[in-house]
This record gives sequence, structure tokens and C-alpha cells, in this order.
Amino acid sequence: MNSERADVLWLDEHHEVSFLELAESSGLSEAELRELVDYGALVPTNLRSVQWTFSGDCVFAMRTACRLRNDFELDPHALALALKFIVRIRELEAQLRDLRAQLPHRSP
Amino acid sequence: MKYKDYYGILGVERNADADGIKKAYRKLAHKYHPDVSKDPAGEEKFKEVAEAYETLKNPEKRASYDQLGSHQPGQDFRPPPDWGNQFGDAQSSFDDIDLSDLLAGLAGGRHRAGRHGEKFPIPGQDYEVTAHITLEDAYCGTEVDLSLSVPEFDENGFMHRVPRTFKARIPKGATDGQRLRLPGKGGKGLNGGRDGDLYLNVALHPHTLFRVTGHDLYLDLPLAPWEAVLGALIEVPTLGGPVNVKVPAGAHAGQKLRLAKRGLPKPHSGAGDLFAIVQIAVPTVVSEREQALYKQLADGSTFNPRGHFQRER
Repeated sequence: MNSERADVLWLDEHHEVSFLELAESSGLSEAELRELVDYGALVPTNLRSVQWTFSGDCVFAMRTACRLRNDFELDPHALALALKFIVRIRELEAQLRDLRAQLPHRSP
Repeated sequence: MKYKDYYGILGVERNADADGIKKAYRKLAHKYHPDVSKDPAGEEKFKEVAEAYETLKNPEKRASYDQLGSHQPGQDFRPPPDWGNQFGDAQSSFDDIDLSDLLAGLAGGRHRAGRHGEKFPIPGQDYEVTAHITLEDAYCGTEVDLSLSVPEFDENGFMHRVPRTFKARIPKGATDGQRLRLPGKGGKGLNGGRDGDLYLNVALHPHTLFRVTGHDLYLDLPLAPWEAVLGALIEVPTLGGPVNVKVPAGAHAGQKLRLAKRGLPKPHSGAGDLFAIVQIAVPTVVSEREQALYKQLADGSTFNPRGHFQRER
């Protein structure tokens, strides 16, 4: 079986994606993305600009949003609420991971 | 083709109504959905549940499924001939077709594949996979072998799963939870539609020495009591090789010694830090001479580590 070789792109705050790219890669419609921006669950890097761009890590967040919309049949309002809770959980998990890393693992 | 008992997967009777099916699905989705559940096996279970619901919630697909009859889960079976005539070529081979792909085709996928001349672009499917790598691999960058089972359509428009393998280079700088995109490495697009993307989620294996948070690393640094009191030059392991660290006199347990830029490299520039956390280790077995020296120290020292107890009284 032949193995192809693939290049990777970072999806983080250093890589920006356009509004259309975010819609295409997330599976959410442009109207849904606009509603999520209205509810504050999705924040463009340039909110005041006519052509919104987004941090690369929004791609994964919006793919999660699309899964939740499809699998739980959520409307944009419920989806925005769920996303805000997910962000809070992620932040708390990161804090917990950070604190755990600082705890000694071995008793001297 | 292997039979799947969609009713059994959802835990409903074959004559369950649409509301009952939806309720059963939602209950199981709450339990197993990978974005909600902490169950490691949840994702696989949810895939089964979602596949079952995808068919049973759609009256047309459910009717087609019901016409296949009832078999044991996993049992090889062939659809009845009239079923094939109704939905496609009776001559078609169903051997390596997944039941869910077949039923998905009935809902338009097969026709959309271009069999009846409708040619509009259909983007390929995106995939998400987790690549488990070691901390050393994250530090240096690594190559991982990925294999996917992607859909392709045969000349009759039936969907088949075919294996696709490739190597992906994970550049140095990735850390736990890092997301990467491999453009065009998902499912093939149809009729000029774009190929799907592959999304990689990097997960680090736990390390025996280092604990990771972002690009920073933490390491326990046990010191002998005399090293803590007098200070010492200690060899400390790092991912780039051992370095000598000067521990200041009077080091105390829990103190963090920062080794700047000795953590994981960051993707675009710089690196995280390595924090060595001081622990005071005491010997569990001491010789007579050591015991005498400790006794001598105890008799001669005025140090009271519990002095603050008295101040609180």
C-alpha cells in the first residue's frame, strides 16, 4: 500500500482564517456563524472590519459547534450557550492541568 | 454485508414511534457524545448510535431498512432481490458495502454521485484523528503514519470504504491539544468538489519525568538536606540533554527554579520554560556515622521549623 506524504498547517492564534474559510471548514452556514458572533460565542479578530477574520483555533471550536448542532439538533441560541460553557470548561481544565503539573508527583 | 441491529443499538422496539426513537437517541447522545462524555469508548459507541438514528429518524430509510428483515447483529446477509430492484441493480455486489453507506446512498448520495447525470460539486468528507506522540517527538518534531477509511463510489454509484494511508510531519512546537490541518487529505470530492481535510489533534503520552502545561515543563528536583542548606551544582535532565543548575543556598521544598527556554519549542519562535520544583529528600536508611552526625546537628542547631506555631498561640 502506497503511503502519501502530507504537509500540515497550524491551527492556532498565529494563523488566521477568513469568514468563508471558517464556514467551509466548520460546516456551519454563514448565517449561523453571524448569529454566533452576535451572541458573543465567536469573536472575530477584527470585529469592526467589513471582512471578518478569525483565529485559526476557531476552526476546531466551530467544528465542535457543528457537531453539537447536528447531533443534538440545537438552534443557534442554544448552540452559543453550549459553546460558552465549553470554553469555560476548557479554561478550567487548562488551569487544573497547570496546577496539577506543579504538584510533586513523587514523594521524596 | 454485515447486518446492524439499529433498533437494538437505540434500545427501542421495532415498532417504536418517531418520538420514542428521538428520545432514545437523545438519551444515548447525552451519555456517549464525544464532546460531552468522558467515557473513552464513548466516541465509538456514539458513532453506532448516530448511525442508527440517522436511518431510523428518516421514514424512507427506515422503511428500506425494515425491508431487509431482522438478522443477528454482525451476521452476513444479502438484501432480498426485490429490495435491490427497487433501489438499484439487482446484480450489484453488496459484499464489501457498509449498511450505513448503502442506506445513505438511498437518501440521495448514490444519485448525487452522478449516476443519473446530476453533476454538481460535492465536497469530500473531513476527518478528525488524534495522533499520540511522545514528549521527545514533540520536542524534535516527528512523522506519524495515519490510516483512514475513506468513501469512494463505484461505477454503480455505490459507496465503498477504501483504506488510505499517508505520513504526516508534525513539526516541532506541537504540544498537548495542538490542532493541525492537512488540507485535501480527507475524502475525495466529487464532480469537481474540493477534497476534504484531515484534522489532527496532538496528544502527548505521559512522561516519566516531565509534566507538560502548554509549552512549559515541570520536573521534580529532589535535593539532599545538605544540598538545600548549603546550595549545590546539580545536573538536571532536560529534553535537549542534561544541564548544570546552581541551586542557591537555603533552597526550600516547593521552590521553583526556572530554566528559561528549556521547555518545548513554540511553533513560530521561542520556547517554553522548564521549572524544577525543589523537594527535600531524606534518606530512609542511615548508617551509624550519619545518625551520629544528624544527632550532632540536632544538638547544635537553633533552627525551629515550627516557630510560627508558637507565634499563633
